[in-house]
Amino acid sequence: MKKNFLFSFLVVAIVLVGLFSFTNSKHVQTLPKANADNAGLTLPAGFSAMNVADNTGEARHLVVTKEGNVYVKLGSAKNGNGILYLQDENHDGKMEKKTGFGDYGGTGIGIHNGYLYASSNTDVYRYKLNDKDEVENPSQPETIVTGLLDRGEHNSKSITFDNDGNLYVNVGAYSNSCQAQDRVPGSMGIPGCPILDSAGGIWQFKADKLNQHYGDGVHYATGLRNVVGLDWNNQDNALFVMQHGRDQLHDLFPKYYTTKQSAVLPAECMYEIHKGDNAGWPYIYYDQIQHKQILMPEYGGDGKKTADKKYLDPVEAFPGHLAPDGLLFYTGNQFPEKYKNGAFIAFHGSWNRSPEPQAGYFVAFVPFKNGKPSGKWEIFANGFAGEKTLSPGSAKRRPCGLAQGPDGSLYVSDDSNGTIYRIMYKK
Amino acid sequence: MNKIVVLAFLMLPCFLFLKNQNAESKKKPVASTQQSLKNGEAIFKKYCISCHQADGGGVPHMAPSLIKSKYVTAEKDSVIKILLNGLQGREINGQTYNNPMPPLGAVLKDKEIADVLTYVRNSFGNKAPAITESDVKKARGNANTASK
Repeated sequence: MKKNFLFSFLVVAIVLVGLFSFTNSKHVQTLPKANADNAGLTLPAGFSAMNVADNTGEARHLVVTKEGNVYVKLGSAKNGNGILYLQDENHDGKMEKKTGFGDYGGTGIGIHNGYLYASSNTDVYRYKLNDKDEVENPSQPETIVTGLLDRGEHNSKSITFDNDGNLYVNVGAYSNSCQAQDRVPGSMGIPGCPILDSAGGIWQFKADKLNQHYGDGVHYATGLRNVVGLDWNNQDNALFVMQHGRDQLHDLFPKYYTTKQSAVLPAECMYEIHKGDNAGWPYIYYDQIQHKQILMPEYGGDGKKTADKKYLDPVEAFPGHLAPDGLLFYTGNQFPEKYKNGAFIAFHGSWNRSPEPQAGYFVAFVPFKNGKPSGKWEIFANGFAGEKTLSPGSAKRRPCGLAQGPDGSLYVSDDSNGTIYRIMYKK
Repeated sequence: MNKIVVLAFLMLPCFLFLKNQNAESKKKPVASTQQSLKNGEAIFKKYCISCHQADGGGVPHMAPSLIKSKYVTAEKDSVIKILLNGLQGREINGQTYNNPMPPLGAVLKDKEIADVLTYVRNSFGNKAPAITESDVKKARGNANTASK
């Protein structure tokens, strides 16, 4: 009896080890061949890239299924499809099969508990997935959240999830700096900025409850001008967001800011967010050169004055106007150890740095340890825009969304021409 | 034969002189437009360049392009009013733009508005009649009566 038990134990162990090494070797073998020119990207040594799809449309955020297929949310519907499903049928890495559904534009997309979630600029919907992560009823999504504010400016609604059944949605402020007249030189800020009651923050909803409105959700964080990239950090069990800092300090208040200062201020900030946090927009901004919270000129600031009240400090501060549109904590095993649990950020690229050259248009990386940044940020992937970027409209490609494949590959979407990149690492 | 060639050669400076004289006399009415274009460019660089960009191409989904734009070369009154009153949420050539065009009527003087519009109407592949200070004054008057 004991012998039998030992024997079966051994058999099971051998099978398990075999299976493990099989899947491991399979992963290495199944990495497709990258483009000889890495699809035009510049990457650290050992990394390579391919374009798995082109001309998909305004590819905003994306998600990779456990089968390795890709759902892409389009900023505006193309041929009546606001969500694309990309498949690689012949396993060469290229996603030659494209189907679509969902006739609404939007930004957010994600997979959670057997559902595909996607957002328009006002609502969040979900579609039941089968065991192959395929949507079986594309014309009948369930409405999870409805009636979020869309007044044009900063209207994208990005989404992410925690591990306790909650959905997080950003609602961007429909304003640059809560001026009485938006973007009019010298116009002062409205006291007690009224935008903050229904925008300029993060709202938490139940991931599985239908037809929720503002009132059903939790006003989770405020004072965030516009967040497009956000992700849940499992090590820290906390929400991290990337804020788009305010624009046009020199244009609106030339007596306090030179064009050179205005080109780099304020910082694009990464915040670790907990319930009740206030990041201070529109009353303060973070100056990454002085390492201080500075009073906004619309609220009495002059580029030097600090605020009386202390707001949330960023965990990482980047140069101004780079426009962080995607955030992803890397949990895969394909990339070297340094990247494990670190943050990738897709910077869409600047527009308000004139007369200085525009900047950004790259994917950056920040190493993390125990849920905190543990080193200086660096450019990870560059070359999206082409050689010279005089203006955002002339940029060939603009990184927007980030997703991780089941094998640990990193996917990047471009919402200018609709290229989907896959970045891989081979020892 | 040779004499004719020499004569023609000798007369060449005279022709050039006359041609120059012609250009000089033509320049007079153009001079004020030239000055407007120069002033207009400076105003564009101060107030417009961030959103509409140095090449006039705008920012995708945020601020419309001014390159070969019917909105720029349209009749004077409608163009002036965009600058005076701003513009938001309008579909332009099948695209919507998220950032507002701020109303600059209280920020810029009539002459400045005339100059920057004259500049934009004759740059970025556009060609349209210059806008004068009195055109702007008239449009302000219309706008005031319209709002009353």
